[in-house]
Amino acid sequence: MRYLVAFQTLVTKEFLRFIRIWVQTVLPPGITTALYFVIFGTLIGDRIGDMDGYRYIDFIVPGLILMAVITNSYANVVSSFYQAKYQRNVEEMLIAPIPPWVILAGYVAGGVARGVVVGILVTLVSLAFSDLVIHSYAITLAVFILTSVLFALAGFINAVFANSFDDISIIPTFVLTPLTYLGGVFYSIKLLPPLWQDISLANPVLYMINAFRYGLLGVSDIPLATAFYIILGFIVVLFLFALQLLRRGVGIKT
Amino acid sequence: MNALQIHNLEKTYAKGPHALRGIDLEVEEGDFFALLGPNGAGKSTTIGIICSLVNKSGGTVQVFGHDLDRSPEAVKSCIGYVPQEFNFNPFEPVGEIVINQGGYYGIPRAEARRRAEQCLRRLELWDKREQMARSLSGGMKRRLMIARALVHRPRLLILDEPTAGVDIEIRLSMWEFLRGINADGTTIILTTHYLEEAENLCRNIAIINEGLIAERAAMHELLRRLHRQDVILDLAAPLPAPPEVPGYVIRQLGPTRLEAEVGSGQPLNRLFIGLQQAGVEVLSMRNRQNRLEQLFLDMVNNHREREA
Repeated sequence: MRYLVAFQTLVTKEFLRFIRIWVQTVLPPGITTALYFVIFGTLIGDRIGDMDGYRYIDFIVPGLILMAVITNSYANVVSSFYQAKYQRNVEEMLIAPIPPWVILAGYVAGGVARGVVVGILVTLVSLAFSDLVIHSYAITLAVFILTSVLFALAGFINAVFANSFDDISIIPTFVLTPLTYLGGVFYSIKLLPPLWQDISLANPVLYMINAFRYGLLGVSDIPLATAFYIILGFIVVLFLFALQLLRRGVGIKT
Repeated sequence: MNALQIHNLEKTYAKGPHALRGIDLEVEEGDFFALLGPNGAGKSTTIGIICSLVNKSGGTVQVFGHDLDRSPEAVKSCIGYVPQEFNFNPFEPVGEIVINQGGYYGIPRAEARRRAEQCLRRLELWDKREQMARSLSGGMKRRLMIARALVHRPRLLILDEPTAGVDIEIRLSMWEFLRGINADGTTIILTTHYLEEAENLCRNIAIINEGLIAERAAMHELLRRLHRQDVILDLAAPLPAPPEVPGYVIRQLGPTRLEAEVGSGQPLNRLFIGLQQAGVEVLSMRNRQNRLEQLFLDMVNNHREREA
């Protein structure tokens, strides 16, 4: 019961934190996605034609939604936990009788909450441009939540090692964005030469975007089961790593 | 039962010297205890270890019988901590900060809200509950940290320089507040640079120096060891030379200012009678320095000499 109260407190605090600054946190992904739809969907998309049997604008919807979820789940946790370190209010939790896994779960849930809010907003925006029909609600929701959890964990680890505000933007800029753009948001990897198709398979984001695309459209470049194994595998590894960092007090205790 | 029992506590930082070199310390339940020492002596490291903010290198810490290694959550539940530096989110409302802290200790939100109101009212911050913490004055921020530390009703309150940088009026009101919660049964450990604060508030004292406990005694016992005090006398008229009063050493600090050494047990009346007989008119008198400060400096210097 005590842990549940602590967890609820952390999640509420995290939720209020990003809602309080919604103009910086929730609104921009909506605007960015609308621009993607206008430029890549409407203006360029008509010249590209169909992809995997779908209009190009419909084909990019899953990738754009998941890209917003990935970016925001990550950004929420990395910025919130780094700020807590920087302002030293992380000590509020360290002195309290909360086990490390509850702290981690609270931050991850906060990241998922922002991912969900932004994901819903982006989905609403996409409805204005495409005729979205969900192929499988269960798969869509599962991939949506699991991807959000995975990147919230990654954001937490980034924040643990970050020593400056620059450090929390390096990974999103130089790792996350390239992986997402090259993960099949805007194209099917079947369009790539065989060598690049093989290289693309080493990109974990490809599996998430394709699994999500399967949930929404019913098409995917890779087997669904493989995608779930990879997502769950990454979650387990990142969770255990983040928990170990928190237990040892890396970056937060001397 | 001891509120705090520390045995052979050691801390070696990765790229630094031994911050703590085997500290033994006991604080009784209900005590108002001062932990003093010069900068870098190991006070904050000791407190950091007790509050689980610093990883110890060796030794044991027990709080109300709970071992920090075996039952860290039980230890944490007993402690309220007021750090030296502000460590709250300045972009959160004052009320939320205190309520959330209650939540971290497992207090349901409705109850945490009720307790936060009590704490904020006691510390005269209730009217500020909706304001962002960054908009508070320095003294209010200190009181906010005390309110936050008390929301889960700790049995042991640890304050690291709680009145640093606050004006004298607020400091005195905080002293009254701390005396009150100590009288209600909360054990208090205090570190401070204002030694008169320790002298006024605390019953027992430990002086830590270079990672070791240099002294541990009752406050009245320590003060009794002080053999003399120096008093400054401001005079009505300038003197060409210091007057001679038998039994007292008097130095001239300026044309109208004298310094007199008064030994323990020596009556001040005799000094004044001697001055009056010498035709010296005294306008005002004050201690050259705080008594504890003098004792503290003597002890730290003696400890350094012994260690050398």
